[in-house]
Amino acid sequence: MFDQDKWQEIFQTLKQNKLRTVLTAFGVFWGIFMLIIMLGAGNGLRNAVFYGFENFATNSAFTWTRRTTLPYQGFDRGRRWNFTTQDMIALRENIPEIKYLAPRLQGTSKGSIAKVTRGLKAGDYTIYGDYPDYAKIDPQKILTGRFINDYDIKYKRKVAVVGTRVREVLFDKEEDPLSKYIDIDGVYFQVIGVFKPINTKISFGANPEELIYVPFTTSQIAFNHGDIVHYFAITAKDGVPVSVVDKKSKALLKQWHRIHPDDDRAIGGFDLEQEVKKVNGLFTGINVLVWIVGIGTLMAGVIGVSNIMLIVVKERTKEIGIKRAIGAQPETIIGQIILESVFLTAVAGFAGLTIGVWLLELINMALTASGGNSGAFRNPEVNFGIAFTALVIIVVSGAFAGLLPAQRAISIKPIDALRDE
Amino acid sequence: MIRFENLHKSYITGSNKLHVLKGINLEIKEGELISIMGSSGSGKSTLLNITGILDNYDEGSYYLDNMLISNMSEKKAAMLRNKYIGFVFQSFNLISFKNALENVALPLYYQKVSRKKRNLIAMEYLEKMGLKEWAHHMPNELSGGQKQRVAIARSLITRPKVILADEPTGALDTSTSYEVMEIFKEINQSGITVIIVTHEDDIAHRTNKIIRLRDGLIESINGELVNPEFVETEISEHV
Repeated sequence: MFDQDKWQEIFQTLKQNKLRTVLTAFGVFWGIFMLIIMLGAGNGLRNAVFYGFENFATNSAFTWTRRTTLPYQGFDRGRRWNFTTQDMIALRENIPEIKYLAPRLQGTSKGSIAKVTRGLKAGDYTIYGDYPDYAKIDPQKILTGRFINDYDIKYKRKVAVVGTRVREVLFDKEEDPLSKYIDIDGVYFQVIGVFKPINTKISFGANPEELIYVPFTTSQIAFNHGDIVHYFAITAKDGVPVSVVDKKSKALLKQWHRIHPDDDRAIGGFDLEQEVKKVNGLFTGINVLVWIVGIGTLMAGVIGVSNIMLIVVKERTKEIGIKRAIGAQPETIIGQIILESVFLTAVAGFAGLTIGVWLLELINMALTASGGNSGAFRNPEVNFGIAFTALVIIVVSGAFAGLLPAQRAISIKPIDALRDE
Repeated sequence: MIRFENLHKSYITGSNKLHVLKGINLEIKEGELISIMGSSGSGKSTLLNITGILDNYDEGSYYLDNMLISNMSEKKAAMLRNKYIGFVFQSFNLISFKNALENVALPLYYQKVSRKKRNLIAMEYLEKMGLKEWAHHMPNELSGGQKQRVAIARSLITRPKVILADEPTGALDTSTSYEVMEIFKEINQSGITVIIVTHEDDIAHRTNKIIRLRDGLIESINGELVNPEFVETEISEHV
């Protein structure tokens, strides 16, 4: 219900000392403003970090072989071993939780980095032999042409998908790279596509723009890899943590290759899910810190309001006495003071919230205008839930700020209040 | 209407105990116009405050409209004050940021009467006080007599049974004082009990009954000594 008298009194009190009102309100304003800005900045950092692998299948893991460290079944330690294509088939059969399994080969017969030439143009690039499924784990943006497909695998076609940097170096600007041939360590490959990496934050040593993908089966033959597999990229089915699949597959691989079950160092691995969890944990920490500092700043503002309300109550002791003498009940007086306090904090807080969000939006616009991809900071924002939480905090803290002064106003007996000159 | 039986009240200031009321026995009937006199410190204001349920007492009993007033919650006290008692103060005690009309209407606000209705009633009372044209003036634009008439209108608006006036003419000049007293007489004639605390003889003489307090006891009513312990004391002033 809108009670004109109540509001008239509130405005009257706030108007009586404008400077004081503004300074008090500023405390709350600043509290909320800082909270919003800090939360926005935290989100900006988070977005910047996660931007690098937003499309990467986060429930994926990579596995590779290393030298054994424990003797087992007659084998000495320090043995080198390799995954094989048999493992690939066996893993698919034995672990139903696997969604995608992509075996990978790296490098040519001459080394892990190949010399790639086209006429007089040349560069050193990392070559991967891949299955089409790899694109589902680590999606690429295909600018022109296509990625490797099942027929490439089946017919062991000598085709290559090159990164944007490779294209820039080996081809002229206006030249169409499709169907042209490039020389990879002495073997000619036809370019079937150009890709731009999406997941810039994840790479295995090489710059993702300087990669060349060729069919797995072609790589086996052309580069003399035989039956071995360098990596397995595994994705778990939805709802299954990849760590479960990773553990199962490692156990099976050890068994098939006669590796000691406790020889964890014989298999190298990288569990993306764990990495994401670590980063998430870091940002949860930052978020907690932001809330603690923000709430602290807000508290300081609210205590300021409470303080001023105490002074207001003191100034108005006589008036409160008069009102009580003519029949105002204690609740009415308490309600009035709390409403005044809530009103002051709500207006100031709302202003802080609005200006904070507005400033974030402005920063966002500036970032977008300047290319939008500055490494450490991206798309600072606060979501509606947080804004709403902040509003609730403002109102509740306003009520708390009014509580003590209101209690003080009531504790003075009406007769003492009337005597107060 | 009002009955005190052996009423005691002390104030404790630090380690000192000040015994202000030392056993007041008094009955005020409905429709009386009474003045309470006494030098400062005689306990007249304390008695008035207890009557107005603004203050509590230590011993004895106080009946208002045959209701025992004792150990009230502040909520109940506020309700009773609003319903039974109208206050008029020496310093008017109008609320400075409300105009005359709003000041008069305020008690009805606490009775949750709608704004429109209470302003209508308030205007009616202001008219009775001859202040219709001043309804929308702020208190600081009114003269002392006008302020007091606004305060009286405010005290009347709830149709109380008792009007308590604490030195209502203390801040007014003589002719205005007499005007205000005429208003109190009119109020009294409408059946409302009026109790005026004053130390001015001419004001007291315009009431129907004069109660003199001295050292926390009733010394005399209309000049007749009531407490034997005061018999030997010379009463200097004419009564």
